[in-house]
Amino acid sequence: MITIVTIGMNHETAPVELRERFVFADHNIDDVMNDIRAIKDIKESLLLSTCNRFEMLLTTEKGNDAKESVIGFLSRFSGIPTQELEPTLYVYENHEAIRHIFRVGASLDSMVVGEPQILGQVKDAYRTALEHKSSSVILNRLMHKTFALAKKIRTETDIADSPVSISFAAVELAKKIFGDLKGKKALLIGAGEMAELAATYLLSNQINRLLVANRTFAKAVELADQFRGTAISIDEIAQQLQEVDIVISSTASSEPVILERQVKDTMRARKNRPLFFIDIAVPRDVEPHVNRIENVFLYDIDDLKGIVDSNIDKRKKEAVKAERMVDEAVIKFTQWLKTLEVVPTIVALQDKCEKIRQIELKKTLSSLDGLSDSQKKDVENLTLSITKKILNNPILFLKRKQDRDSQNLYLDVARKLFDLDSNNDDSEPK
Amino acid sequence: MGFIINSMYLAFAYHKLGAIPALNFKASLSFFAWTIIAAYLLFQLKFRIMVLGSFAVPFSAFLMLISSTMPISTIAMRPVFKSLWLPLHVIAALLGDAIFAIACIAGVMYLIQERQIKTKRLGAFYSRLPSLNILDSINYYAISYGFLLLTIGMITGSIVAQGAHGSYWRWDPKEVWSMITWLCYAVLLHQRMAIGWRGRRSALMSIGCFLVLIFTFVGVNFLMEGYHSFESLRGGSSL
Repeated sequence: MITIVTIGMNHETAPVELRERFVFADHNIDDVMNDIRAIKDIKESLLLSTCNRFEMLLTTEKGNDAKESVIGFLSRFSGIPTQELEPTLYVYENHEAIRHIFRVGASLDSMVVGEPQILGQVKDAYRTALEHKSSSVILNRLMHKTFALAKKIRTETDIADSPVSISFAAVELAKKIFGDLKGKKALLIGAGEMAELAATYLLSNQINRLLVANRTFAKAVELADQFRGTAISIDEIAQQLQEVDIVISSTASSEPVILERQVKDTMRARKNRPLFFIDIAVPRDVEPHVNRIENVFLYDIDDLKGIVDSNIDKRKKEAVKAERMVDEAVIKFTQWLKTLEVVPTIVALQDKCEKIRQIELKKTLSSLDGLSDSQKKDVENLTLSITKKILNNPILFLKRKQDRDSQNLYLDVARKLFDLDSNNDDSEPK
Repeated sequence: MGFIINSMYLAFAYHKLGAIPALNFKASLSFFAWTIIAAYLLFQLKFRIMVLGSFAVPFSAFLMLISSTMPISTIAMRPVFKSLWLPLHVIAALLGDAIFAIACIAGVMYLIQERQIKTKRLGAFYSRLPSLNILDSINYYAISYGFLLLTIGMITGSIVAQGAHGSYWRWDPKEVWSMITWLCYAVLLHQRMAIGWRGRRSALMSIGCFLVLIFTFVGVNFLMEGYHSFESLRGGSSL
């Protein structure tokens, strides 16, 4: 019986020191794939390696032997003794393995649930497996189902809709205010990881120009170079407020950098064109009352955190829906796997009857002389319909048994009743 | 689809009457519903905002419903109805009204969205509503074109009046209220273009203006006497 097995480690089971030993890059992937294929008992295999996980998906006739050889291989490959390696690995079989790959593909098993990169990585892994011809009937279907399910979950749930990082949430807000960010100007005051990340997102949304201001002008010049922007001095901020649309502020100043009165004056000069302040600094750089001015929007770090938190909650709720869809898909796939188990018996049954029919037909026709062609045809049709009708009920019965525990028993009985496992190829019943 | 069928019906009615099918209140309501959908479709072409429809369609359906509950009345045809200026007057005025309705809808959507962003409570509508900037431009376009059509409607109206009554302006309540509506929108447009009103204030005022417009369209007919009111049209006494 075919078993689907997953052996792997992820960000939850293994620390990065371990995971980094299993990074497969372009230069060694061919060797690794060949090594795996050389392992006895493995029929199909697929290797997924990202920065957060490493796993092997395989099908085998002998589950336990295959598991042992794979773990042995991994130990040799990484130079980590088996005893040390085993506690960091998870091993899933059959429907658990199916569920696992479905969840990975749909980004339910990711560190940030709903992040979009994983699906592409799974697709790459599958492509590599195809190139090495290590994927066949079962894995092909499993992977296609994984992709289809991931896509369905993306479109039918909101799992990936809302941003869960502060910088990204800020840029999404900017889009809700300005629509298209193309042609907009942004001003970055101060420096800091989140502020710079937000600036990067803005640039990837094709804003027109980025101005950079800093207390130390040299630092401003350096950042401006990095973002291909323009450096301005801190005294120019007031004047530049009339020009820019988005201000990201992240200074270490203990006094507000942007005052309500200042913004009020600016808005008159701007003819009320909207202005969006993203204040990531603690203590805050922008006076809170600025938010009261018409067409001015101010979000400080806590506001953004609030959005991110509620988005994470939303994703978790959506994940419940997604898990239900995964359950459904797992059930369907296991059913298909079971039909796969019935197929060889049915085929053997049909083959056997067809052989008997051919032999008997030959005998009879050779002893019956003087039949016209159309009469010969009639005799042939007669034998054909008799075998078909006799086989009809047993085949239907076996197919219906596909999702029952009793399936194996009936398969066994059928094989014995019709003597399907004996090797006499002359097919002459004795 | 419904729009096409309704258009066909209106064309047929126009043919049968030999005049624009908006002579009584029932017909003009249904005609108004048609122009709102027409205006929505035009804005859909430009801005591709489906969610506008989820406001415009129920509004239009509501008008149709009111229209269909009203008794059918036939109107005595008068030569003045056959004039080419009358359909032009009705179409310009009603299409203008419809576009103002779109401006009002965009204004309401703007206020909802702006409130959500300002108060930092991103509710259920947040992801469905378009950006503030797009809503504001819809509002702006709608007011500009609506104003143009309303102006045309009033000029052609006075030409019709000249043909029917011999004078361009008779201080009829409908005329007066149309003028007030026109002035409201003129002020709004001026504030937008010259002073740089945007966003919230403009949205609020376009809603206010639309309320005045609704009063001109509905209220005046019921509350005040005048030859524009449809009842007197039927009697034909004041014509």
